[in-house]
Amino acid sequence: MNEQVIKMLLEGIGDTLYMTFGSVLLGYAVGLPLGILLYVTGKNGLMPHPLLYRILDVISNLIRSIPFLILLILLIPFTRMIVGKSYGSTATIVPLVVCAAPYIGRVVESALNEVDAGVIEAARSMGAGLTQIIFKVLLVEARTSLVTGFTITTGLLLGYSAMSGTVGGGGLGDIAVRYGYYRWQTDIMIITVALLILIFQIIQMVGMRVSARLDHRKRKG
Amino acid sequence: MSVIEIRKLTKRFTVEGSTVVALDRVDLSIEAGDIYGIIGMSGAGKSTLVRSINYLEKPTEGSVLIDGVDLASLSEKELRKKRSEIGMIFQSFNLLEQRSVLGNVCFPLELQGIRKKEAQAKARDLLKLVGLEDKEKAYPSQLSGGQKQRVAIARALATEPRILLCDEATSALDPQTTGSILKLLKEINEKLGITIVIITHQMSVVTEICTRVAIIDNGRLVESGSVEQIFEAPGSDAAKELISGKELRYTPVKQLHENRKIRIVFKENSAYEPVLANAILKLQLPINILRADTRNIGGKAVGEMILGLPDSEQAGEEIIEYLRSAGLTVTEENDNE
Repeated sequence: MNEQVIKMLLEGIGDTLYMTFGSVLLGYAVGLPLGILLYVTGKNGLMPHPLLYRILDVISNLIRSIPFLILLILLIPFTRMIVGKSYGSTATIVPLVVCAAPYIGRVVESALNEVDAGVIEAARSMGAGLTQIIFKVLLVEARTSLVTGFTITTGLLLGYSAMSGTVGGGGLGDIAVRYGYYRWQTDIMIITVALLILIFQIIQMVGMRVSARLDHRKRKG
Repeated sequence: MSVIEIRKLTKRFTVEGSTVVALDRVDLSIEAGDIYGIIGMSGAGKSTLVRSINYLEKPTEGSVLIDGVDLASLSEKELRKKRSEIGMIFQSFNLLEQRSVLGNVCFPLELQGIRKKEAQAKARDLLKLVGLEDKEKAYPSQLSGGQKQRVAIARALATEPRILLCDEATSALDPQTTGSILKLLKEINEKLGITIVIITHQMSVVTEICTRVAIIDNGRLVESGSVEQIFEAPGSDAAKELISGKELRYTPVKQLHENRKIRIVFKENSAYEPVLANAILKLQLPINILRADTRNIGGKAVGEMILGLPDSEQAGEEIIEYLRSAGLTVTEENDNE
């Protein structure tokens, strides 16, 4: 394998990681508050607000029901408006974030729903306010599920970033499509797939380790 | 002035269009230093009542006054401040699972913005008080039920409350652990002068440590007074049921077809004398013992018996008179159903 291919693959890895983590972080910047809002305004939430919940609920379900590849194409004008172009890894982050945010919102909401209502009641009985309950009780008690959710979301976005290769998104997916599919260079395609699997495994392993480490619920003494 | 004053408290819930009355015009005053038991069957509304005391549950009508201050008059912020002055423990302990024992006890102090060092020093003192000073690094999942409740008690005391609310605090514990937790509560009441309100469905909890008791049945306060008084002469059906237990009380009585039944209560002075034997010997009348039990009420042994009297009314009166003159409390028993 020549130097050029290796350089291309390394760049591909860099682009893939950039897209995955860039979209995960930006996705959480939108999705985490969304998830908290869904939880708080939900039926059994801290401040039930049926109308607001319904609106958020519909919007996030709507976006989640659009297949990613279609969303990617639908959002081209929007992406061009924000990034200035519609191809390349930075441009891919836009649809990835739009796709991930409502998904993350749901993941966060369900993680928070797992927190025992009694613990929240105990905090209220001590005079805790809404923000204290969110930051000192909910997010702390749910941190294991939150990290697990983060891991799963990252894995999902890694896959989606590769999918964006079909429309010129950059990264390993792009390489796999260009060389493997259009040029019939099976060896390069196999290498990119192996690299994607490897990255996925590392993300999954690190995520699960961190999550287990943070969990004090089941550790035996 | 009472520490806790509940006036005409009514709470209605609307569940899927139909209204449920959980509490119906409850009046209750709890004085400083009391260990006040609120007892009732499950679903009677006692949990709603205790959660109204710190306004976790806002009443539909009526008011709750803490130290003379109506909680309805407070702003959200003032209410939260007030809540922090009322400790609360729960049936399921409700500890923060991801925090160590020390972290749990520090938690209410952290909410108030108290410095970490100061909070930890205080938390350590409290852990000593509840006998868990060697467990500060443990996590709740590593503790037994009784230990968890001790941590919860330490946590509830961290803000130096003057009132401690216990919502079925011993219901998830075995009898022995229940005993030790009740002892701890009594100690806290005596040492720190904290007024304790205990919600329970177990009469044994009330008789063991409470000074006063209120009985809640179907959302209504049916009876209240000193524990001794209620035990000796329960006025309401709910009280009788809670004291004697439904099955033990009614089934054998009915089966024996006695026409007239009385309930007698022995107190300390009469417990030494063979009162019943003397009555039988002296009056030469048969007395049938249908049921007998001894309870520990506030550290005193109190005996209770249900007796079947002979059919003749005169003979019955003679026996009752004799027992009363011997210093026993005698009440007529009727079959309620």
